[in-house]
Amino acid sequence: MSVPSQLPLYPEEASNFAPHVDALMVYITLVCLFFAVAVTAAIIFFFFRYQRRKPGEIGAVIHGDSRLETLWLAVPSLLALTMFAGGAIVYVDFRRAPMDTLDIYVIGKQWMWKLEQPNGMREINELHVPVGRNIKLIMASEDVIHDFSVPAFRTKMDVVPGHYNTLWFRPTKIGKYHFFCSQYCGTNHAVMGGWVTVMDDSDYAAWLSGSSGANVNPVVAGEKLFADKACTTCHLSDGKGRAPSLNGVYQAKVLLADGSTVTADDAYIRESILAPAAKIVAGYQPLMPPFQGQLSEEDIFSLTAYIKSLQSQPVPATGAGIAPTGKK
Amino acid sequence: MAVENGLPREHYLNATYGIRSWLLTTDHKRIAMLYLASVTFFFFIGGTFASMIRIHLLTPNGYLVSPETYNKLFTMHGVAMIFFFLIPSIPAVLGNFLIPLMIGAKDLAFPKINLLSWYIYVVGGCFVLYSFSTGGLDTGWTFYTPLSSVYSNSAVTPAVIGIFINGFSSILTGLNFIVTIHTMRAPGMTWFRLPLFVWAHYATSIIFILGTPVIAITLLLVGLERMFHLGFFNPALGGDPILFQHLFWFYSHPAVYIMILPAMGVISEIIPTFARKPIFGYSFIAGSSIAIAVIGFFVWAHHMFLTGESVYAALTFSLLSYLVAIPSAVKVFNWTSTLYKGSISFDTPMLYALGFIGLFLIGGLTGLFLACLGLDIHIHDTYFVVAHFHYIMVGGAVMGYVGGLHYWWPKITGRLYPEFLARIAAVTLFIGFNLTFFPQFILGYMGMPRRYSSYPPEFQALNVMSTAGASILALGYLLPMVYLIWSMRYGQVAGRNPWPATGLEWQTDSPPLTENFDVTPEVTWEAYDFANRPDLGLDVPGAPVHAHGDD
Repeated sequence: MSVPSQLPLYPEEASNFAPHVDALMVYITLVCLFFAVAVTAAIIFFFFRYQRRKPGEIGAVIHGDSRLETLWLAVPSLLALTMFAGGAIVYVDFRRAPMDTLDIYVIGKQWMWKLEQPNGMREINELHVPVGRNIKLIMASEDVIHDFSVPAFRTKMDVVPGHYNTLWFRPTKIGKYHFFCSQYCGTNHAVMGGWVTVMDDSDYAAWLSGSSGANVNPVVAGEKLFADKACTTCHLSDGKGRAPSLNGVYQAKVLLADGSTVTADDAYIRESILAPAAKIVAGYQPLMPPFQGQLSEEDIFSLTAYIKSLQSQPVPATGAGIAPTGKK
Repeated sequence: MAVENGLPREHYLNATYGIRSWLLTTDHKRIAMLYLASVTFFFFIGGTFASMIRIHLLTPNGYLVSPETYNKLFTMHGVAMIFFFLIPSIPAVLGNFLIPLMIGAKDLAFPKINLLSWYIYVVGGCFVLYSFSTGGLDTGWTFYTPLSSVYSNSAVTPAVIGIFINGFSSILTGLNFIVTIHTMRAPGMTWFRLPLFVWAHYATSIIFILGTPVIAITLLLVGLERMFHLGFFNPALGGDPILFQHLFWFYSHPAVYIMILPAMGVISEIIPTFARKPIFGYSFIAGSSIAIAVIGFFVWAHHMFLTGESVYAALTFSLLSYLVAIPSAVKVFNWTSTLYKGSISFDTPMLYALGFIGLFLIGGLTGLFLACLGLDIHIHDTYFVVAHFHYIMVGGAVMGYVGGLHYWWPKITGRLYPEFLARIAAVTLFIGFNLTFFPQFILGYMGMPRRYSSYPPEFQALNVMSTAGASILALGYLLPMVYLIWSMRYGQVAGRNPWPATGLEWQTDSPPLTENFDVTPEVTWEAYDFANRPDLGLDVPGAPVHAHGDD
């Protein structure tokens, strides 16, 4: 990106969120400007109009006015509510990703970003995405808290160790945009960033295939890990093992031993691998050993990708651990 | 006791002499002076770090120091300024000095505990200085885990111990103020005759007592996780880093009100004095201080909208954050209305007060941007936050503190500062401050993250503007430092009530006696009631005829 010669006031609008966030900015700025100008003008006017003329002069005795107090309690409150509502609408949209997303795994570590495309293609401090598609970043940290932030998209989300956070957006403009680490993470925090390249569909497809030779497909890697870590001894696909079959479990409702249900999303799968005792599937014993500290975040992504690939496999009638209502 | 053409013969400064008489004093006024010296020391340390930060950011790749050192600079700037300057500044200096005088008492309720507070502050300060000088501190003043508790290689442990210790100083000061205000008011000094400065400190003290223990224990947990690998916040040990943020902000958001409420109290004293009329909406200003203190405890998670907290929590905390803005707005409207039909003079404290309103207005209004969930996604953790925060803390709290120092300087020292220089300094501060921090709002919206030791070249122009402004701002701070010290010896003798003002503190000598008053005063008037105060020598019915200004 070339250095702009003039002083710009806002970055490019390159995602579905950008116009909404900028509209909030304009609205709140106008309301605040009104009050700032009104109060400042009043102060300046009073300052000159009511200057002391004689050294012993005192001001008028006015103790207050309850009508005015009511007015300036009520009007700012109402305006604040509109700001709250506008912000809430954008935020709820931002936090609820649509179902048809292109999922990209992101790992933050001191001081680099590792990103993995759905086909297993890996990038460091670079992200290529197709324009007009809903993109979801599923993000984990290997050490401290980081934050994936793209000003041109008006999006950011903390990347927290021990948690999965997701961030979705729909790029709307082809181009190359900064991304930053926005949560202070130690010595080289300031250089923990890179570029998002938004491409049209055919360029993206060509880019993906152009250099896929060296990539290990995450599903394949996950399947291998699944066997290596002996998961296969209990999680039999026909549901007859000591642990539930994982066929069709991804994004399904799982019935737990305490009677509650939980959606088997990325975070649930991650937790069930690292700390299986946290949520026990109804009808099963807590036999599985915790894998905390034994798998890297990338391993977990691969395992999740493999489990995700089982979504299309036939779900056994018993032993699937899925709630009676079945898949959503 | 007052002497016509000089200082009173005996006052708290000359009552006793020698280093012991200061270090073992239980006089609230002398303890306030001890605090004045020590917070000024930390202000200079923090200010030096700030200057280095601004110089470093002149060029995109960083002009002055390594990234590691830069990170230490902004961390130590924050720790020194927040915990050892801003939090104690107005309460422990001006509050300590003035609360007993304002309510007609001889001292605070627990004079020895008051001295203990200062010693605790000094011990805490020594630990923090030890951290600064043996490896420094690079966690950010927010100490986010697991960076602070596991990954940082800097001297985190002594720093968190120092802040832990310092917390007790705040708690004891808060306790002392609350008991004093409840039990030691002079006859006739009812709650609704109290100066609003006292109300503001009452509200602040509530936060001191309820909030400070939480930050103390939280930082202790960080220290324990660091030293003994107990898993509170480190996910590898079964902890949760988000828990730290909840605990940290449960104190540190209210702490923002610890810093701004006393400044609001100062402004509420200055404006009626220099407009010579009762403050508009006394009970609304008093009540809004309490409302801020209470609601302020229920907004902490607005610092955490992007940590992955539940959407419902985010919605709740956003709404409550808008709610806490309303009492601040009420104060601004009331201060402005107080000017209406006043008899306004341009004296230096008034310039600070009006500057405060302007800067606090911008700081407060930009809080509305950050409380807006959708907008916070973009501006969270950018320079927009840095600018907002400094508008409140420097534009608000520090302007209030410096304005208050000028306003009560004649009472504290018995002498006046050079008025012309002081006005120049006030205007310099105001201009320098805006030049420094306004460009940072734009930088933030452009997307520049905070705590960056280097940045993409497109952000350079605004950074250079900000640094240029900072050099003017620094001048604005150095100037009062010089002439205030000068005036302690050479300033014109002020007399009891130079402005004049209505508060009880102006009824006694300047500087006051160690016991504050010859006889316990009796209050028969309402706060800021110039029209019924013939004793002030102003043109009111029943005033004795005498010359103005040399009482």
